[in-house]
Amino acid sequence: MKLTLKIWRQKNAQTKGNMQTYPIDGIEGDMSFLEMLDVLNTQLIDKGEEPVVFDHDCREGICGTCSLQINGEPHGPDRLITTCQLHMRKFNDGDTIVIEPFRAKAFPVIKDLMVDRSSFERIQQAGGYISVNTSGNTIDANAIPIEKEHADESFNAAACIGCGACVAACKNASAMLFTAAKVSQFALLPQGQVEASRRVLNMVEQMDKEGFGNCTNTGACEIECPKGISLENIARMNREYLSASLKG
Amino acid sequence: MSILNSKVPSGPLSEKWTKHKNDINLVNPANKRNIDVIVVGTGLAGGSAAATLAELGYNVKTFCYQDSPRRAHSIAAQGGINAAKNYQGDGDSTYRLFYDTIKGGDYRSREENVYRLAEVSANIIDQCVAQGVPFAREYGGLLDNRSFGGVLVSRTFYAKGQTGQQLLLGAYSAMNRQINRGKIKSYTRHEMLDLVIVDGKARGIIARDMVTGELERHSAHAVVIATGGYGNVFYLSTNAMGSNVTASWKIHKRGAFFANPCYTQIHPTCIPVSGDHQSKLTLMSESLRNDGRIWVPKKQEDAEAIQQGKLKPVDLAEEDRDYYLERRYPSFGNLVPRDVASRAAKERCDAGFGVNKTGEAVFLDFAAAIMRYGKEVAAVEHIENPSEEKIRELGEKVIETKYGNLFQMYEKIVDENPYKTPMMIYPAVHYTMGGVWVDYNLETTIPGCYCAGEANYSDHGANRLGASALMQGLADGYFVLPYTIGDYLADDIRTGPISTDLPEFAEAEKNIQEQLDKLINNEGSKSVDHFHKRLGKIMWNKVGMSRNEKGLKEAISEIRELREAFWKDVRVPGDYNEVNPELEKAMRVADFLELGELFAIDALHRNESCGGHFREEYQTEEGEALRDDENFMYTAAWEFKGDPGKAVLHKEELNYENIEVKTRSYK
Repeated sequence: MKLTLKIWRQKNAQTKGNMQTYPIDGIEGDMSFLEMLDVLNTQLIDKGEEPVVFDHDCREGICGTCSLQINGEPHGPDRLITTCQLHMRKFNDGDTIVIEPFRAKAFPVIKDLMVDRSSFERIQQAGGYISVNTSGNTIDANAIPIEKEHADESFNAAACIGCGACVAACKNASAMLFTAAKVSQFALLPQGQVEASRRVLNMVEQMDKEGFGNCTNTGACEIECPKGISLENIARMNREYLSASLKG
Repeated sequence: MSILNSKVPSGPLSEKWTKHKNDINLVNPANKRNIDVIVVGTGLAGGSAAATLAELGYNVKTFCYQDSPRRAHSIAAQGGINAAKNYQGDGDSTYRLFYDTIKGGDYRSREENVYRLAEVSANIIDQCVAQGVPFAREYGGLLDNRSFGGVLVSRTFYAKGQTGQQLLLGAYSAMNRQINRGKIKSYTRHEMLDLVIVDGKARGIIARDMVTGELERHSAHAVVIATGGYGNVFYLSTNAMGSNVTASWKIHKRGAFFANPCYTQIHPTCIPVSGDHQSKLTLMSESLRNDGRIWVPKKQEDAEAIQQGKLKPVDLAEEDRDYYLERRYPSFGNLVPRDVASRAAKERCDAGFGVNKTGEAVFLDFAAAIMRYGKEVAAVEHIENPSEEKIRELGEKVIETKYGNLFQMYEKIVDENPYKTPMMIYPAVHYTMGGVWVDYNLETTIPGCYCAGEANYSDHGANRLGASALMQGLADGYFVLPYTIGDYLADDIRTGPISTDLPEFAEAEKNIQEQLDKLINNEGSKSVDHFHKRLGKIMWNKVGMSRNEKGLKEAISEIRELREAFWKDVRVPGDYNEVNPELEKAMRVADFLELGELFAIDALHRNESCGGHFREEYQTEEGEALRDDENFMYTAAWEFKGDPGKAVLHKEELNYENIEVKTRSYK
């Protein structure tokens, strides 16, 4: 198929960027979206031009490296997948595709479509862990039975890949879904109870410091999340936060 | 006589590790604060090592090329992690896990390392649960297990099809705790480009900041390499796009021996290649073989009709299907080890029974499992006389809870519904058993330079069993390295900080700068990918699933020619002092072009078939691998001598004192 790509180009964080147009031909439905960009980049290199920079790594939807706002949607038009799992069969011959970086104050552009998501790192460093030593001298893994439903729900929250689509989807650029997923994973397990108060207070404080916006319960994050992380996690985090604040 | 000293402690096998831990030197907590350790790579091995070393009190710097340690490719591991917990009461034990791993590795791994791995495996599960890793559980609240290839017990712990992700997030959370305490400094978007050796000891690295392009000098008292495997030498593999051999290869060029490079795992269940545009291959977890049955048509004309789209696989009668693994290996059936399953698929496809357009695919069919589970659920839920439709519906739900994410992945890529029609799969490069040679302490032949996880060669011999990579990565990082590295660092308590102004740092940095300059200023005509793809084709066709003398000799000379062509004609756009993914790729491919040659040399010298290394000249009448224990029961450790073609072979003989060496049979 023949397509017209409109792509955000920006040399670095200091310079201003703009949209540029690239016609492209010979794209097949079986190609992934990133393979389509590979084709474009090979053509640009052959012409002596600079290829488009974008983040990607595992190309199987689990590392959370790839991003891209495609026609206004994080990870493009398909549901429950990342950009690297999006296939060109979702587009039609003659389409124009607009490709931008994830937009948020807390995700500054590094180059072209590549953004800096280290704010997510700092939120997790603020409390996204259980303080046990890694000596292996813990109790037997089966010493504490955990209700299957709780274990499964905890897993569902832990399935977050930290890609930032929730932030990119949100009109306020809020990181509530991301932070809530991590808080929930531990809040749902007995091992996570001991530090629960400190964890939620510290992580939320760091989230606010990074310049993410507030949550206004729009729910766009849940719809765009490639891993289907539920809004219930935000409700759970709010409860955790409230009870931790009251404990003072 | 070999110059390799494996430093295996004395005493009975089952007491060696305990004895060793009691014998080695410790560093007191106050002195640990004065000692710096660099960890390169933040997957399961690197992440767990960094967290543990920092927790012990060392000052740790971690480096990863990703924008977060959590994105290392361990994250993509699907199926599970083995541990000899015997929670199922099905006869598992440390010895049995040890035995299965040695046998699975086709008797080409070091007995003592493997025993230690089996011994610490149970600790890993305790540790991970304490960290909040949400493993799958049964209704009673206890941990669930499943079975993997090459074993007869259920010892695999899992978190849906995302076990690697959950374990890595566990290690990453342990890292975060130490980052928060200031004990780990995490350098992301940084790539190690050289090792710095001072007075014969590893004392630092040169790394490139991939955002500013700047070369940085980092010093330490010891360096740990945990940068994963080199499967991307084949261009197409299940590895991440950025997975590379550079750190391992650079230390090899500085004196670390490289062991058994030809031992590569070709994983039997990957989604087949769809065209020339393909950039990577996607694995479908081995756990699917618990329930999926692998088959091709019995008759060639049926295979052809399916290839041409004239016949649907669901319409082919049961008696016209050849469940070739069940036929050839009745006792292990669909759960034979990966090397065996891969070769069997290739054999059927080469004989003309492949089932996709290119004839390079076989079916993985869940129809029987869906009906079996459906009937079970109907019975449990007291549904009387359920229709076939109802049974199928109930069964599909069970399959969805077990493998839902894998089925979804498959459907998105192939555009077919695997609940309704069998999956198509084909072998692909997945894991490398070979790697940097290490002794019992995980130390390379460079003092102070350690190597952990897939990057080292130590535990899997010539073939790795499923769910053992995660086990090894975490065993190395959490439970082995923190002890053994302390023994080495005990001599460094008075050394003080290592200066990065030493001439050795300047020399290493200058070399790298020259290499970067050369690539940027090359003004060639072809992209990096062009050369990488060509290398991949040579490797896959001549050094892939089956190898022969003629092909290997051709491969060696073709790779040498390609390497020359690369340096003459590669085009790298942009500059070195900015974000430049093409430059990053060029540096990695330059190393793959050297490794590829050593890989083929190793495969050529090993005149036997074992595990993942299959030489066509050495096979039984039934087409099974034919080992030559008399002449090849050793680890081949190669020393770099200025050019991969001049590598010198050192042998570490393998002695099996606690296990009887047999011909591997899964029949």
